[in-house]
Amino acid sequence: MTVSDVRIDPDAERAVERTPRPAALLGLIARYPLGAAGAFVVLVMIFAAVFAEAIAPYDPEDNAFEYMFTPPGAQFWLGTDDFGRDILSRIIHGARTALFVGFVAAVIGATGGLVLGVASAYFGGWFDLIIQRVMDVFMAFPLIILALAVVAVLGPGIDKVIIAITIPFIPQCARVVRSSALAIREMPYVDAARACGFSHARIILRHMVPNVMAPYLIMITAFVGQAILLEAVLAFLGLGVQEPTAAWGLMLKSGAEEYAESAPWIPIFPGLAISLAVFGFNLFGDALRDALDPKLRAQ
Amino acid sequence: MRFLKSTLVVSFALGLAAAWAGGAAAGETPVRGGILKFVVGSKIPSYDAHMESTFGMIHPIRPFYSLLIRVNPENPSSPTDFVCDLCEGDVPAATNNGLTYTFKIRKDVKFHDGTPLTAHDIKATFDKIIFPPEGVPSTRKAFFSSLDSTTVPDDYTLVFNMKYASGAFLPAVAAPYNFVYSKKDLDENGYAWHQKNINGTGAFTFVEHKPGAYVEGKRYENYHHEGKPYLDGFRAISAPKMAVRLQAIRGNRAAIEFRGFPPKARDDLVKALGDKIVVQESDWNCALQFLPNHRRKPFDDVRVRRALTLAVDRRAGSKYLSKIAIVKTMGGVVFPGHPLAATEEELSKIAGYWPSIEKSRAEAKRLLKEAGAEGLEFVLLNRGVDQPYRVVGTWLIDQFKKVGLKVTQNVLPSPAFYDAVRKKHDFDVTVYFNCQSIVNPLADVSAYISDDIAGNNYAGYQDRTMDKLFDQMNRASDPAEQRRIMRLYEKRALDEEALQFITLWWYKINPHRSYVKGWKIAPSHYLNQHLDNVWLDPDLM
Repeated sequence: MTVSDVRIDPDAERAVERTPRPAALLGLIARYPLGAAGAFVVLVMIFAAVFAEAIAPYDPEDNAFEYMFTPPGAQFWLGTDDFGRDILSRIIHGARTALFVGFVAAVIGATGGLVLGVASAYFGGWFDLIIQRVMDVFMAFPLIILALAVVAVLGPGIDKVIIAITIPFIPQCARVVRSSALAIREMPYVDAARACGFSHARIILRHMVPNVMAPYLIMITAFVGQAILLEAVLAFLGLGVQEPTAAWGLMLKSGAEEYAESAPWIPIFPGLAISLAVFGFNLFGDALRDALDPKLRAQ
Repeated sequence: MRFLKSTLVVSFALGLAAAWAGGAAAGETPVRGGILKFVVGSKIPSYDAHMESTFGMIHPIRPFYSLLIRVNPENPSSPTDFVCDLCEGDVPAATNNGLTYTFKIRKDVKFHDGTPLTAHDIKATFDKIIFPPEGVPSTRKAFFSSLDSTTVPDDYTLVFNMKYASGAFLPAVAAPYNFVYSKKDLDENGYAWHQKNINGTGAFTFVEHKPGAYVEGKRYENYHHEGKPYLDGFRAISAPKMAVRLQAIRGNRAAIEFRGFPPKARDDLVKALGDKIVVQESDWNCALQFLPNHRRKPFDDVRVRRALTLAVDRRAGSKYLSKIAIVKTMGGVVFPGHPLAATEEELSKIAGYWPSIEKSRAEAKRLLKEAGAEGLEFVLLNRGVDQPYRVVGTWLIDQFKKVGLKVTQNVLPSPAFYDAVRKKHDFDVTVYFNCQSIVNPLADVSAYISDDIAGNNYAGYQDRTMDKLFDQMNRASDPAEQRRIMRLYEKRALDEEALQFITLWWYKINPHRSYVKGWKIAPSHYLNQHLDNVWLDPDLM
């Protein structure tokens, strides 16, 4: 069969065109119910982060000692903390911190990994060998240890936290992307592009990168969840963002040690927010992987 | 008359905690035996108290050593009640118009290695502290600026010869850091030997130190205070996290922690353990400060600095922060309640202590506008320790926000924090502390004199008027005159020149197992830690 022999069934083409969008969405939800639940959590988080000022009932940083340790109720749905600050408002604003750190670290980390992974696979040889051994060194350290080491050197602060979380992500993504790119490098169309005399940059950007986008996107969603968790861990250890900024890990730290018994709502709600966000991103990432991976989709 | 009245009030206030604490033990006969287990929230940098200033060293190491004089273990809340430890009889009064102190030394004291103690050992110790050779660290040598020399007329007599009479001298001698070392050890092993070795005359002999785990001591049978110590030994368990220390007491893995817990922790313990817990509380000779960096603009402008202190509502802070942090009392530069401390009326005239916070904040805004610093943004440096630093730092930021300042917080672990404040001077405004052991205001307020004279002023200024007032105050023999000068000194430091500020004074809360008897709370976590009068009540264990 030659290329010119391939024919598209006109009915099938029309059928795709005619599928209404809500129905397609419902089909996706039916097919990936857990992924849909994850996507819902992610959307709620994004909504809370974007419209925090509008939907938070109180200023998240204003001390109001006359309301300190108020349990959950009509006035303060999730109660107040030791400074009398509304926990719901702090959780809503904390979503902004979590998502900001999560998305920035995930996108930079995954993109760095994408560049290195594809370049490493494409050039091969000594370049590949050196890049991969460097990646091996970074991957020898557990994620949290590496992040702790980086933030210990750079110091606390939101920018330093993002750097600390980004660095461990780069080798993880580079390794996954490289394995996909190695297979693509051997495809005839890449050989054809080389034969046409295209530059390395053009071959990488136009012919290889688009074909590794699936693992790249999946890595990003997985990284966002991990980054949120790491940010919370660093804040809990006192190395992340600092008071009075609303951040879930910081809220958990303040509440867990001193008020776990006498005012349990202080650590419980930020703890739940962290768990739910990470769970949501993981479910969403898994569903995305299933949807984008042809082998898993066929199963 | 007012001075006398305030003295009485102070004595009553200071004695209240001790009376409460001592109440349980009064009339009871101490029982010998048992191992006291206590938790310590900080590490031991070295064993040499002459160079260290942390309770992490004092709590586990102090029981191995003695002092020439010490605060009265039965009345540790008093700032003037000292008793002999290695000297005989009562603490001697100054003679020769306050220029000579003559101590008679006990003849029945031996170091743990068997060497008899003489006046030469004590002279060698104080010479190391006050006149250390070049390169030998001595943290508190400035406390002895009134001393001229020490002499030993015979083996059991020690004389301190003063340059001028000073009420700050005896409290400085009684400081718990003045461990008495053996002259033989100093001569034979050098001045660094005590950093890693222990040989004292204290109630307990050193058994073992497992770094990061515990320090153990056992009873010294030849201890010079007859019948003491009551304990067979002690184990100081290292537990940096507060939650661990709290759970150790709750689970009876440890009986006491000597530094202090926040109010909520006390309430949780009392609620959980009822009468198995006794709580001792006291004002604490620690002022939690905030220091503007005078080297950095716009904090070189007195108007901006005054605005900072005017923004802070200390009265409300005292009311609410005392529920969540180990701070409580509003005060000036002198330990609250001390005869030299400002009265409420006197405080009310100082910027930042005015009765009306609205008026105070309006003035702060006016000053900021006048200085062109409206909406000023800066970073508040803070120490990575929850109590009381993080809590008070977060509160301070909210206070500054109320006059339009935009402040973020940079919290650093202790070593990096000290480096930034003490060496690099890399901060806009920092939270800091002035913690002392013996309540000795004439020495304690030295942190406010010029930074080229004071070893512990990190705000970065030179103010010769402050230096002059400090010197006049220390040379004044009349308490009324001392008090008058102290008011001028305080007003200039906190208000007129707005050099550095106090948020609130710390408040010490020590919940402990009720079977621990004999230990009485002091206004410092450095004091009364020799443990020779502590005993365990077997009926309550």
